[in-house]
Amino acid sequence: MSRKILLENGDISGIDQFDIYRQHGGYQSVEKAIKTMTPLEVVDEVKKSGLRGRGGAGFSTGMKWSFLDRKSDKPRYLVCNADESEPGTFKDRYLMEKIPHRLIEGMIVSSYALGASRAYIYIRGELMWLAKRLENAIGEAKAHGLLGDNILGSDYSLDLVVHPGGGAYICGEESALLESLEGKRGYPRLKPPFPAISGLYGCPTVINNVESIAAVPWIVTHGGEEYSKIGIEKSSGTKLISASGHINRPGVYEIELGLPVEEFIYSDAYCGGIRNGRTLKAVVAGGSSVPILPAELILRTAAGIPRLMTYESLSDGGFQTGTMLGSGGFIVMDDTTCIVRNTWNFARFYHHESCGQCSPCREGTGWMEKVLHRIEHGHGTPKDIDLLVDIAKKIEGKTICALGDAAAWPIASAIRHFRHEFEYHIAHPDKITDPDHVYQPMGTK
Amino acid sequence: MTPQFSSQTLSNIEILKTRYPVEQSKSALLPILHMAQAEFGGYLSRESMDYVASLLNLQPIEVYEVATFYTMFHLKPTGKYVLEVCRTGPCALSGAEHIVDYLKQKLGVDLNQTTPDGLFTIKEVECLASCGSGPVLQVGECYVENLTDQRVDSMLAALKSGELSDNEPTPAHSILFRTCGDKQS
Repeated sequence: MSRKILLENGDISGIDQFDIYRQHGGYQSVEKAIKTMTPLEVVDEVKKSGLRGRGGAGFSTGMKWSFLDRKSDKPRYLVCNADESEPGTFKDRYLMEKIPHRLIEGMIVSSYALGASRAYIYIRGELMWLAKRLENAIGEAKAHGLLGDNILGSDYSLDLVVHPGGGAYICGEESALLESLEGKRGYPRLKPPFPAISGLYGCPTVINNVESIAAVPWIVTHGGEEYSKIGIEKSSGTKLISASGHINRPGVYEIELGLPVEEFIYSDAYCGGIRNGRTLKAVVAGGSSVPILPAELILRTAAGIPRLMTYESLSDGGFQTGTMLGSGGFIVMDDTTCIVRNTWNFARFYHHESCGQCSPCREGTGWMEKVLHRIEHGHGTPKDIDLLVDIAKKIEGKTICALGDAAAWPIASAIRHFRHEFEYHIAHPDKITDPDHVYQPMGTK
Repeated sequence: MTPQFSSQTLSNIEILKTRYPVEQSKSALLPILHMAQAEFGGYLSRESMDYVASLLNLQPIEVYEVATFYTMFHLKPTGKYVLEVCRTGPCALSGAEHIVDYLKQKLGVDLNQTTPDGLFTIKEVECLASCGSGPVLQVGECYVENLTDQRVDSMLAALKSGELSDNEPTPAHSILFRTCGDKQS
């Protein structure tokens, strides 16, 4: 069994309640940090841990913290990104639902480290029931002197607020999230200035994913060096993987980074293999935005080396033959899956979620959806495949935020690895709905 | 007729405003729009949005541009229960398209339409972060997961009979967000 840090004690009944969480070592890190450490010492531990942002970008959390403008006389803010909306990703929701106090504890320690006296948890509005539970947990922590004025009798005070979104994938982008938190449309901001200099209300701000913040209590309690010993090299620690699709055991698994991909897919401790005795066709390993890989390339790199669940191993080969760990949204597809239909589905998602600020993304996502729709529905032409590649290239790298890239990559990679399926659709429009054919649309069996 | 929040909601809004810096009360807009949608018939009419603007000293356009950007806000009347089925990637892999077809057939209406009895509206939405338990639909604050035909049948029956509510009980400490379920009370 893998080591549990984020989900430690997650199976204890009642762990979502303050008393039980506290009895099992909860809030130790708050006591340790506030009573025995300076804020910068906490930052140092997080730096030493090698923790990387768990929202998808994988940027060093300690570095991000150290960019915060501490010289400014403006208030500083910590904002937790709980706008989990990346298709295939449901780990933050699971963590908040199961152990809400772990996030609250992480928010307190992290806010102390950053010198924030007010912090926000921006949670997607669809999870309103979870927002209320978090509020409940905050109320409990406050009643026990762990939040509010003079935490544990110290001169440190923190006000922690849960803020619901209104339904928009783009608000997971950190500057769009800040706009949304300010009561506006979720339009990503031009950078620089980065949030660490000018973020929420123009003040220095750090934005971290739920899972990153939830790792901080363990790091502070046990030390950054201990944390860095878990995992492999630059992929230290544990990661929550959301496993979905055609597997026997979908769900959220905490893994030590470095676990072989093959073991993750086939072991009964994790995905438990492909369901209904089918075979593996493809995997989207890090949420819908990362390149899709066919079975042979997700299990082994192009050089034949077994792939591991780490940032480095999954991206081995670049986008030609590799992918990304991303958010850890691990979507598994069996041999009945129609790649064209799945790609069209993702294209529709990005078209729907493009905020509309930048023309390449606003127009390009619409065109990609339209072209994929006609290929999938038997009206494609041979030129359409190169047209898609061309549109994807014209979006990638040409937009304010990463949504444009995220929309382009799944389509470019599906064509790179499964071009024959697109060609087949165009050449045999009559066979697309043949019930016995492998290219049958999803959801009809 | 100008809508008017209940006195309880108005006092919650006062607490809500204290959660943001004094000059930044616009931050309370999204939470208040959720409250308005819940309290004023399940959608945001122009009158409701104008009223919210007046509460926050905003120009009405500042409210319209926000309400039209976010997918959770309905700008037209809906059925009592809005069944929002996730259609994205992993849910599609596990049969979401079939669930939408089944709902359409069962209720005799198309997407974005409401049943003649005013009870149900069907919508498709993008990823609900329930990919490991799909297909999934959201009704009010409730997620109904691992959907099958039978599960849809029993959910519809339970919603009709009132056995299943579309809101979670609000914990004691929470001042947030009346829910869709509250609009009947």
